[in-house]
Amino acid sequence: MAPQLLELADELRREGMAVGTSELLDAFEALDAVSWTDQAAFRAALAATLAKSQEDRRLLDLVFDRFFFRAVEREAVTRGLEEGAIRRGVEGIDLEELRTRIRVALRQGSDGELRDLARLAIAAFGRQGEGSGVIGVDVQRIRRTLGLKGEGAAGELPDPESVPRARLRTFEAHIRRELERAWIAHTGELAPAKPLRELDRALPSGPAQDLADVHRVVAQLRRRLATQGREHRGRSRSSAVDVRRTMRQSLQTGGVPLDLRFRPRRPRRPELFVLCDVSTSVTSASVFFLSVLHALHDSFRKLRSFVFVERISEVTELFGRERSFPSVSRAIAEDAGVADISGYTDYGRVWVEFLAQVVDDLDPRSTVIVLGDARTNGREPHAEVFSQVAARAGRTFWMNPEPRLYWNYGDSVMAAYEPCCDGVFECWTTQHLEGFVRALTGMTPGG
Amino acid sequence: MNGPIEETRAALEAAGYLADDSTALVCHLAQRLGKPVLVEGPAGVGKTELAKALSRATERPLIRLQCYEGLDEAKALYEWNYRKQLLRIQVEASDAGWQEVKDDIFGEEFLLSRPLLTAISAEQPVVLLIDEIDKTDQEFEAMLLEVLSDFQVSIPELGVVKARSQPLVLLTSNNSRELTEALKRRCLYLWLDYPDVERELAIVRLHAPDLTEQMVRKLVEVVHMVRSLDLKKPPSIAESIDWARALLLLGAEDVDEEVLRSTMSVIVKHRTDLDIVAERAGVKLSDGLLGREAG
Repeated sequence: MAPQLLELADELRREGMAVGTSELLDAFEALDAVSWTDQAAFRAALAATLAKSQEDRRLLDLVFDRFFFRAVEREAVTRGLEEGAIRRGVEGIDLEELRTRIRVALRQGSDGELRDLARLAIAAFGRQGEGSGVIGVDVQRIRRTLGLKGEGAAGELPDPESVPRARLRTFEAHIRRELERAWIAHTGELAPAKPLRELDRALPSGPAQDLADVHRVVAQLRRRLATQGREHRGRSRSSAVDVRRTMRQSLQTGGVPLDLRFRPRRPRRPELFVLCDVSTSVTSASVFFLSVLHALHDSFRKLRSFVFVERISEVTELFGRERSFPSVSRAIAEDAGVADISGYTDYGRVWVEFLAQVVDDLDPRSTVIVLGDARTNGREPHAEVFSQVAARAGRTFWMNPEPRLYWNYGDSVMAAYEPCCDGVFECWTTQHLEGFVRALTGMTPGG
Repeated sequence: MNGPIEETRAALEAAGYLADDSTALVCHLAQRLGKPVLVEGPAGVGKTELAKALSRATERPLIRLQCYEGLDEAKALYEWNYRKQLLRIQVEASDAGWQEVKDDIFGEEFLLSRPLLTAISAEQPVVLLIDEIDKTDQEFEAMLLEVLSDFQVSIPELGVVKARSQPLVLLTSNNSRELTEALKRRCLYLWLDYPDVERELAIVRLHAPDLTEQMVRKLVEVVHMVRSLDLKKPPSIAESIDWARALLLLGAEDVDEEVLRSTMSVIVKHRTDLDIVAERAGVKLSDGLLGREAG
C-alpha cells in the first residue's frame, strides 16, 4: 500500500497541493487507526491529514476518485479480467421499463443500484464500438435518450418527470465511469492521466449560478482586506521615529529621549478608480465583479466606481447610498444608462469619455482598475487614449475574466492594452482574485 | 465506521454533541496520534462546542485561550510576577549576594502561568481550546509552533518546561486570514459545515426535547430554506436551537407565516436579511410547501 499512497501524494502535488513528508507520515499513522476496508473512513483519514483547507479537500476528493479508479482498472488490464455478465442479459429489457426504473432509482435508490442501472443503460444505448469516441458526448446522448432532466430552480412548479439535480449528476458520473471502464476494457490499455481541468476548480460563474456562492467568496475577501492593514501595523520594527513626539516624551525624563516614539503606520488606502464592464459578453463575470466592487467600497474610502457597456457612468454615489447588493444591481440595470444604443461594448469610446470625466482627478497616487474582457466587437480600441489614462494614473491594472488562453482571439484586443498596464491578471478563480488584492494593498506608489 | 471511532462518537453523544463521521474520526485520530486539530467552518456550526463536548467526553478539564488581535506571549504563555519579585528583593535585604537573589526570584514561584503554560504543566491531561486563531497575528502563530509540535515552552530564565501530560489541542478558525503553512502542517484538519436536515433535526431534538416532532421538522426545514437564501449572515445551529426554545417559551402551536414574522429576529440578524427572509420565506410557508412530510 505504501508505494501507492506515495504515488497518490505525488499526483496531489502535481495538482498543486502542498503535501509534505510530515503530512505523509501522519497519514500513515492515521491509516493505522482506521479500518482499511471502509472507504469513507479511509478517505476521511487521508483528508484529515493531507488536506489543509476546503479547496484542498475538494481537490483530494477528485484526485482520490480518479486515482483509485485507475489503479483498479490497471490491475484488471494486467490480469486480463473482464466483466461481461450484465451485457448478455440486456436483450430482454424494455426501454420504457428501464426509464421508469432509472427514474425511481434516482429518487430513492441506493448508489449501487444507480451504478448497475448506468451499466444497463450503456449496454442498451451505448452500442459498443459505435460510441462517438468522446465520453462526454456519449454521456449526454444517453441522458437525452433516457429523457432525464433536472428539477427546475426553487419556486417553480415541480415537474413530475424531473429528478433531483444532485442525484442526476451522480448518475452521470456513474455513466461516465462505466463508459471509461468499457473503453479501457475495449482497448486493453490505460489512457495517460490528464491533469484536472483548471475549470473544474473555477469560480462559480455560470449564468444560473448562485449569487450566494459568489457573495460568500467576496465576504471572505472583505474580511481579509479588513485584516490586511492591521497586519502591517503589527510590524513596528521597521517604522520611522516620530521626532516631535519623541522630544515631547523626553521632557519627562529631563530631555533625554529614553522612550522612542514611532510614527504610526497607517494601513494603505490607495485612491482607486474602478471600471467595470457590465455587458452581456461578461454577464456571469460582471455579477461577480459588481459584488467585488461592492465589497471594495466598504474597504477603501477613496474609491470611485464606474460601469460601462457602450458608454460610461459613474456609480460611486449609488454604492454609497444603497447598502444591499440586489438593489445596487437593479439600480445599475435601470438607471445607469450605459447601453442605450446597440448594447455592445465600445472600449474606445469608454476611454475617451472616462478621460474627459476624470482628467483633473487622476494623479500619480491613484490606481485605475479595469474589469473587463477587452472584447471591442470590432470597434476602434483607442489604445492611445487608454495609454494617456495609464500615464496619468500611478498604476493601472486590468482584470480579465477570461483565461489567458482566450486573450487576443476573436475580437479580444488585450494585446493593445497590455503594454499600458502595470499588471494584467486573469481573474476567474478566487485565488486569482486574492492574488490581485494582495498586489493592490501590498504596494502603493510613493509608499 | 469501526469500533473505536463508534466509541468516540458515542462518548461525544453522551456529552451532548452529535458528531458526524469525519468529526468522530478526527477526534479519534487526535487522541491516538496526539496531534492538534484545526477546526474550520462558518460561524456557529459548533466548533467551540466540539471542544467543550470533548472535554466532557474525556473527563478532562477545558482550558480556553480566546485569541484576539494583539494577544502576546505575556497573556498567552507566562509572565513574571514582578511585584512579588520586588517584595522578595526587599525582604532579602541588602546582605544577600546578587547570585542568590537572582536564582531566587526567577523560580516557578514567581511565574504567573497563562493558559498555554497551564495546559502544558497540568498534572492531569487537559483539553486546550485555542479559539479563533485567525484573529491573532503571524508572530503569535510562530510562537505556538513550539507548543503544538513538541508540547514544551522555553522560558529563558528557567529553561524548557516540558509537558507533564499531553493535552488534546483544538484550534478554531473562521478563516478570516490564511494561516501559515507551518501551523497547518502540524495539525489535523477538520472542516465543519452546516449539518443536513436529519442531523440538525436530531440536534434540535436533543436541545429542545419538549417541542413536538412536527414542529421540529418544520422549524429545521425553514432554517435550511433560510440558509439557502443570499444572506449576510445565515442562521447557525445555535440560532436554530435558540429559535426552538423561543417557540417553546411562546407556546407556539405551529410554524406558520405569522410565527415566523414575529420571531424571525432570533435567526436573522441583519436588517436587509430580515426583509429578504420575510419576503421569500413567508410565501413558501403560506403555500404549504414546507413541512409536508411531517404533516
